[in-house]
Amino acid sequence: MDVNVDLTTIWAFIIAFAVFAYVVMDGFDLGIGILFPTFVVGPERDRAMNSIAPVWDGNETWLVLGGGGLFAAFPLAYAVILPATYPLIIAMLLGLVFRGVAFEYRWRDPGHRRYWDAAFTGGSLVAAMAQGMTLGALLQGIEVVDRSYAGSWFDWLTPYTLLTGLGTVAGYALLGATWLVWKLDGESQHHARKLAKRAAWATLVLMGGVSLYNVFLNAEYAERWLTAPEIYFAAPVPILTAVIAVMLLRALSVDRHSKPFWLSLALFFFGMAGLGVTMWPYVVPPGLTIWDAAAPERSQIFMLVGVAITMPLIIAYTAWAYWVFRGKVADEGYH
Amino acid sequence: MFEQLDALLLARIQFAFTVSFHFIFPAFSIGLASYLAMLEGLWLKTGKPIYLDLFKYWLKIFAIAFAMGVVSGIVMSYQFGTNWSVFSDIAGPVIGPLMAYEVLTAFFLEAGFLGVMLFGMNKVGKKLHFAATLMVAVGTFISAFWILSVNSWMQTPVGYEIGASGQYLPGESWWDIVFNPSFPYRLVHTVIAAYLTTAFVVGGVGAWHLLKDRTNLHARKMFSMAMWMAAIVAPIQIFAGDMHGLNTLEHQPQKVMAMEGHFESHPDGAPLILFGIPNSEEKRVDYAIEIPKASSLILKHDLNAPLAGLDTIPDDEEPPVGIVFWSFRIMVGIGFAMLAIGAWSLFARFRKKLYEWPMLHRAALVMAPSGFVAVIAGWITTEVGRQPYVIYNLLRTADAASPLDAPAVAASLLAFVVVYFAVFGAGVWYILHLMHKPPHAGEYGVKRGDTGPIRTAGITPGPSQNPGDPDTLPRDHEEATDGR
Repeated sequence: MDVNVDLTTIWAFIIAFAVFAYVVMDGFDLGIGILFPTFVVGPERDRAMNSIAPVWDGNETWLVLGGGGLFAAFPLAYAVILPATYPLIIAMLLGLVFRGVAFEYRWRDPGHRRYWDAAFTGGSLVAAMAQGMTLGALLQGIEVVDRSYAGSWFDWLTPYTLLTGLGTVAGYALLGATWLVWKLDGESQHHARKLAKRAAWATLVLMGGVSLYNVFLNAEYAERWLTAPEIYFAAPVPILTAVIAVMLLRALSVDRHSKPFWLSLALFFFGMAGLGVTMWPYVVPPGLTIWDAAAPERSQIFMLVGVAITMPLIIAYTAWAYWVFRGKVADEGYH
Repeated sequence: MFEQLDALLLARIQFAFTVSFHFIFPAFSIGLASYLAMLEGLWLKTGKPIYLDLFKYWLKIFAIAFAMGVVSGIVMSYQFGTNWSVFSDIAGPVIGPLMAYEVLTAFFLEAGFLGVMLFGMNKVGKKLHFAATLMVAVGTFISAFWILSVNSWMQTPVGYEIGASGQYLPGESWWDIVFNPSFPYRLVHTVIAAYLTTAFVVGGVGAWHLLKDRTNLHARKMFSMAMWMAAIVAPIQIFAGDMHGLNTLEHQPQKVMAMEGHFESHPDGAPLILFGIPNSEEKRVDYAIEIPKASSLILKHDLNAPLAGLDTIPDDEEPPVGIVFWSFRIMVGIGFAMLAIGAWSLFARFRKKLYEWPMLHRAALVMAPSGFVAVIAGWITTEVGRQPYVIYNLLRTADAASPLDAPAVAASLLAFVVVYFAVFGAGVWYILHLMHKPPHAGEYGVKRGDTGPIRTAGITPGPSQNPGDPDTLPRDHEEATDGR
């Protein structure tokens, strides 16, 4: 099989981009779901949900691109990771079912609205936790024999994966809360800002915990982060993350608009960059590199043409859709 | 509940269950998106408010159906990996890119413009809004294009090479893979099926309201539009289905043998078995009612053409005959019933009784869900008919599954069954509730309480509002003034 080294690297970055886009875009949707019970029943909840109603579907599509792209570009990784994390993936999918339909159902059935609100929160929470734990299961390593998952079906459940799961829940809550700081005003905005501060602290503590754990998880990860010359490439990531963290906490004390959200996005970006440094060049640690799992060159090129043509268009019309629904969501003065 | 079943059978049941449930929604939303685009286009062209009213009436229903399609579709995109990992590894290089194209060219398009379609009417202006509706409609079609290409490649695989690790790799030409031999037929047959399914739902709802009030102009309009669709498209579909059948005979003969119930070969003209009970153990059809030589006439256009039967196929290559035989007859039976309704409506139009013929309206009402039954029956025919293979003649279903223990699959299957019936049952209930309300002048769009994204600056909020029920909200500016 002809595996093209450079194309494979490009594809690894495309998948990473799709995952990042999903994590931050559906991250704030799921975060709002997680925080939903803290909002007052009535206009506050309605506004929180309406701030994402026109965009959640597009946001979720990045998850399909992440999964579908992995299937297409790294079929072996797709065929190994999903059986290895089977209960997590099923839980995530079912969580997303409840979360997704709640957007429609809560308006159609006022008599049962609180049940659909609970489904919105429960679904979001389960999906976020499952995604974080899947990430942890991947980082802690998946046993592969003969191109097939060779572990048992509860290997994914460890203290480490619980930590990554909680970190993801906290991180999504941060994204959701900062999004609402941007999109709401008045009392609701004040409430969102309070939530954002707590979520920011939780996220930072859990991020730190996961990072430390990573170093002790496996010797190769430790080598990457703690020895020269790798440390010179790796070190900027935690340093920049710390800078962003400080800026975020300060912004949350003063800013009433989009700045905390963008800083949370940056925090996620550097968090993911850190994971990239940790994992590279493995797509399924400890055994499968991106080149082991890559699709043949013909598949990569065929899809790359598609990505090159469609991705700018997708980004353009997605940006337009966000632009159409810009501004504060409020009873009046929706500018 | 599932103790006696092995992991493979459970995985097959789970896939069949989740994909059948899923396809109900696209079968409806592909057609409904086009219908909505047509209604909005007619409104823009003619300025008649009735089209806008109907657009808004069906938009609310579309929003729910589409949400159910999206969430059940994501399940499908992951299930290849969770439950069919060997298949994913082996076939990923060929079909993975086609599915990636579906995401890039269809899912993003639909999802990106859906928000504007549902909530943006007052924000972007009529023409841009119409463009958004068109994009959603086009997106549903592009989605069908790619996923049916994938399915067709699995039925009629061509253009591949076999790699060192046993993977199927793309050959020289992606064109050959995408436009594999059964794809054009399957695409046409499936998309028309979606249009017919929608037409009969719309017609059924129109008929329901005509039975209650035959003077309802909105009900008349939707009933008339749906009946035109039935009258024109049902015969086309029967023709397209026949072409698809001939294509299947060429590429997957044992599927046709099972559909026809031909256990034996017929060297000089095969009979068309109308009804009977396939008896796979004795390899015959019991109580068969047949028309001599008619099967040869349909499949070979020659009364005396020889047709091979399942006796020419090794037993371990045969599909389960009973399921295929029956599901095929259900599909064809419904197809001809649709044709009959279409013809009846033409006759009623000719006699100027289209809106005053309760028997016709009752028949249309009974037929309202028939498209869904036909579509699922058709998929069962083609999917069960290619067994025991998941990739025809290349990879057996039994060799394609993930290395999962039976309890894991049993638990997930149980969870899917419980959640799907509860969640989608509720969704269907809400849709029926919306359909039960008569369409009327000044129909409301998709509303989100009193703070919905629909409310924009410059629009005066209505006087008294009941945030509890979106459909009791006062009209907004556009609805109140437009075209009146």
